Amino acid sequence: MATAVSIPAKTKPVSNRIKKSTGENIGLFFIYFIVITFALVCIVPFVLVIIVSFTSERSIAVNGYSFFPAEWSISAYRMLFLPSSSVPRAYLVTGIATVAGTAIASVITFGAGYTLASKQCKYRDGLSLYFYITMVFSAGLVPWYMISKAINCYDNIWALIVPSLMFSPFNMFLVRNFVKGIPVEINESARIDGAGEIKIAFSIFLPLCLPVLATIALFYAIGYWNNYFNAVMLINNEDYYSLQMLLFKIQSEITALQNIAAGASHGTPPKESFKMATSIITMGPIILLYPFLQKYFVKGMVVGAVKG
Amino acid sequence: MSKKVFSDAVSKTAKGLNPFKEIWKNKFLYILALPAVVYVLIFSYLSLPYIAIAFEKFNYRTGILSPFVGLDNFIYFFKSSWAWTVTRNTLVINVLFLVIGTVCSVALAILLSEIKAKKFLKVTQSTMLFPYFISWVIVSYMLQGLLSTDSGLLNNIIEAVNGERINYYSNPNYWYPILLLLNIWKNTGYNAIIYLAAITGMDESIYEAAYIDGASRFKRILYITLPLLIPTVSILTLMAVGRIFYGDFGMFYAIIRDNSSLMPIAEVIDTYVYRTFKNTGNPSLSMAIGLYQSIVGFLLVFTSNWIVKRKFPEGALF
Repeated sequence: MATAVSIPAKTKPVSNRIKKSTGENIGLFFIYFIVITFALVCIVPFVLVIIVSFTSERSIAVNGYSFFPAEWSISAYRMLFLPSSSVPRAYLVTGIATVAGTAIASVITFGAGYTLASKQCKYRDGLSLYFYITMVFSAGLVPWYMISKAINCYDNIWALIVPSLMFSPFNMFLVRNFVKGIPVEINESARIDGAGEIKIAFSIFLPLCLPVLATIALFYAIGYWNNYFNAVMLINNEDYYSLQMLLFKIQSEITALQNIAAGASHGTPPKESFKMATSIITMGPIILLYPFLQKYFVKGMVVGAVKG
Repeated sequence: MSKKVFSDAVSKTAKGLNPFKEIWKNKFLYILALPAVVYVLIFSYLSLPYIAIAFEKFNYRTGILSPFVGLDNFIYFFKSSWAWTVTRNTLVINVLFLVIGTVCSVALAILLSEIKAKKFLKVTQSTMLFPYFISWVIVSYMLQGLLSTDSGLLNNIIEAVNGERINYYSNPNYWYPILLLLNIWKNTGYNAIIYLAAITGMDESIYEAAYIDGASRFKRILYITLPLLIPTVSILTLMAVGRIFYGDFGMFYAIIRDNSSLMPIAEVIDTYVYRTFKNTGNPSLSMAIGLYQSIVGFLLVFTSNWIVKRKFPEGALF
């Protein structure tokens, strides 16, 4: 039974937020101050690198590194794209290694993690132990090197992909814990509906695992892209230098290109600026993709850290 | 892990089930895991026989059957002054990084948690996370940009105020602070996000109750946030302690390179093993040092993981 209710005319809502004391506000000010300062400290070195890469070498020789160069120049970048420059090749090598490595590592990690989480697999505890032992004991550098050489992962593209300590049981346990968190009912109802093992794993669980998989793939990709250890240890042939390795050995690259570059830049060939330019190019993909990917990083790290 | 888990795993695997029947029944699952199993087999388990090299006088021609020399390699290593130096360096640096790094990360996370403006938070988080994704090689060049004697930014400023240029790269005394600052710069953003996630998971109502009762921001942090963070901090710290015998090769090799003035304080076990291997061409010695690291490392990792499993079962990975 409806009773007439008088609806009050629309009034401006009264703010009932508790008024902050001055102490609170000063505290907040300092908090913002510290946070902003730290954020700036994180960014400023990159700005410096960018600026120096566009500084003429002469200006660097005279004034050193500065945020306000006396003379601008793009000769460092021009040197990068000289025909004899190793940069494009290194880019190709690193790109292939990263893509292939990430794909392979992700598939392996997902497969193992899924199996370890599956209740049907009677040996899953034994397998977990098998992997866990390798997490706590590693025989070290020398065997790793010798084994890599023995399986022909030396001085070729595979040296950058396979022996990398990228695949880590840690990630696999992350996947396993995540899959464990998915309700068993999904599995059962799919089975009742007649789906086979393969279908269950790939059509149902794979999409569900996308958050943790995306995170793992991203971290693998970054790991591969930034990895210079494999190249340092396993590659002598300059044709297979990864970008980071090239950056590391940049002195020799500079000397090699110096004569050609000298002509183009009226006297002082790029040296410091070349280092910076190559650094920027190497960071390139990360900088470009970062805005799009960073939310996945944050989300994934949280999933991994809190759940694992 | 507890004895029970171990014996369970072994017994479940061994008894009762005909292994081939079991594998065939779930062949798909085992095929899925196969690549990982093979990879780990090759790189981890098959490397175990190589440990014998540490006890031999290894020669590439005679391979694994080189003459047995017992503990000679180890004695040689421990007699040299480098043994103590690199061990001490590794431990000191890692402890420094761990303690100060954790304090900074937790502090930053707490500061971030007090900020309510979402957009600002997102932008700052991204900014602070960025250094984590930059390789140490690039960082080493940034550092040169700052510290280079002739052209570095710092020295330019010093000269502008009529000071004398400092050669940072030849003076070891500056380097524990420098390395510490580098580590903080690179990792704090990343760690803070993890701690921030833990803080965000905390129950809002406790804070509101405290606020209404008149507790200041500082008091709220001290008596609510910090105690509630202890499990997360403990887990992460314990795991880091487990790795305290392992230095970050990437960081040290890129920053220190072959600078012999800095080696006495900055050479860690990992870089030392690498150098011994590449420079002396004596795999036996390197293997011995590596084994030393692996064994001590194993004891530490195993113990710390075990403690985590005991005290913080939710946090254990295995």
